Amino acid sequence: MSIHDLEISFQNKIDSEIKIEPKDWMPEAYRKTNLRQISQHAHSEIVGMLPEGNWISRAPSLKRKAILIAKVQDEAGHGLYLYSAAETLGTSREQMVADLNSGKAKYSSIFNYPTLSWADMGAVGWLVDGAAILNQVMLCRTSYGPYARAMVRICKEESFHQRQGFETLLVLSKGTKEQRDMCQDAINRWWWPSLMMFGPKDSESTNSDQSMKWKIKRKTNDELRQQFIDMIAEQIKLLGMTLPDANLKWNAERKHYDFGEINWEEFWNVVKGNGPCNKQRLADRNKAHDEGAWVREAAMAYAAKRKNKTANKAA
Amino acid sequence: MKTNQPINQSTGSPITLLTNQLINQTLHLADTALILGQRNGEWCAHGPILEQDIAITNITLDLIGQARNFYQYAATLINASENKNETEDSLAYLRNEREFKNLLICELPNGDWAQTVLRQFLFSAYQELVLEKLKNSSNEQLAAIAAKSLKETQYHVKWSSEWVIRLGDGTTESRDRMIKAIDTLWMYTGEFFIPANYELTEVHLLKETWFQKVRSIFEEATLAVPENTFMQSGGKSGIHSEHLGFILAEMQILQRTYPGAEW
Repeated sequence: MSIHDLEISFQNKIDSEIKIEPKDWMPEAYRKTNLRQISQHAHSEIVGMLPEGNWISRAPSLKRKAILIAKVQDEAGHGLYLYSAAETLGTSREQMVADLNSGKAKYSSIFNYPTLSWADMGAVGWLVDGAAILNQVMLCRTSYGPYARAMVRICKEESFHQRQGFETLLVLSKGTKEQRDMCQDAINRWWWPSLMMFGPKDSESTNSDQSMKWKIKRKTNDELRQQFIDMIAEQIKLLGMTLPDANLKWNAERKHYDFGEINWEEFWNVVKGNGPCNKQRLADRNKAHDEGAWVREAAMAYAAKRKNKTANKAA
Repeated sequence: MKTNQPINQSTGSPITLLTNQLINQTLHLADTALILGQRNGEWCAHGPILEQDIAITNITLDLIGQARNFYQYAATLINASENKNETEDSLAYLRNEREFKNLLICELPNGDWAQTVLRQFLFSAYQELVLEKLKNSSNEQLAAIAAKSLKETQYHVKWSSEWVIRLGDGTTESRDRMIKAIDTLWMYTGEFFIPANYELTEVHLLKETWFQKVRSIFEEATLAVPENTFMQSGGKSGIHSEHLGFILAEMQILQRTYPGAEW
């Protein structure tokens, strides 16, 4: 079959909703786009452990401490499934981690913002995980099989995290004046960065058209962002808090909330490495990796010794 | 007549030594699990291998869970005998350094991965023996918590002993680091077996079994067991290292800053 024929049969599969599997023929660009997206997603889980891990030692009750630890551990688990899914496209986890640590690979920019109070644990769960879920629910139906299957598992845990985040804020919203202020402040700081999580406007997004055609994505950035805003604008009423956008208003004609302009200059600045924590996050990942090098070497050396011993016994 | 015997505030009658002993015993078990959990939790998101980050975090969760069970029981005992309103959180977050009864080894800084896994092994091998005894205690509540915790601890012993062997018999560097970790930690193991006046378990009788277990794992790891080390003690009776104050300052900050708030 010529490349042209392969491409036609590939697109036919996509169009008839048949999943693409690792051994199937796929266009090089499809492989690259999936690899970039899945590894970026895995990196986001791993880097995302840092801002939340920041509050484990200070969680205000033993129950909250246990919930937070379990949550950060879930993120590590998600990172594992996603690295495994990405490896099916022919790049090793070591290589992907090296690309993250060198700054070559990207991760979600949201984790370059600092977690400054306990309320941030609630806001991150409610807003950041909430935004991530909309993307992830869509990805459960993505065309690449291993990615779609990893997402099904991840989505179940993420929606649990979002509820926990909301509940954390709900308790604060019913608490003392200081707690309510803490809650509102966290919402103020996390609202706009979470809207940026959906990426540039459709009119500015370079990868969107082809990804839609290949059904890697099934909704555009703007569609998902609007869905998120509509959802949160309703949920915040239960908290008795406000979203920091004077232009946020229900539009009966569109049947959606209108909202103010996102600060895209800030978005691109953080993407380019100038966010409050870009350097710190990367330094923390590199430190863990470098300081763990001797542990990984020792584990391999020991495994090799064991293998030799077993081989000698057998001989 | 002046006496050090605690008094029940509502009835005015002295609290029986048995109740007091039981409360302190339970707090000792709770504090020990919590402080080690607090230390191990520092690894979360910073582990040397993603799979091991998950493993040490699992152990952290087990320890926090054990601490909660013991604190809840201690709170019930205190509230029944002293007409107070203690909770698992008031006991964990509103007591000071001198009131904490955890073993010293739990509050030491994590050090490197060698020191962390070695501490887990030395401690868990001891905790396993204590829990086995408590499992058969006539106190049903303690026996039930011990039985549940024991299953977790058996896994902690397995996981940590495998790491001690792997690092002891791994590379020259990992072996050197393990020897250094033994040198740092060994002097904190003597305290395990010095009975505090509240301990229900005859801990001094556990020493030989613990030592045999440690020796067999060290042998497999090609590591030497130290001899004639001077042993530190004090944690069980609330005399701690300088580290504990900082652990509590960090852990208790929100409860101390916003008294009475619900979280």
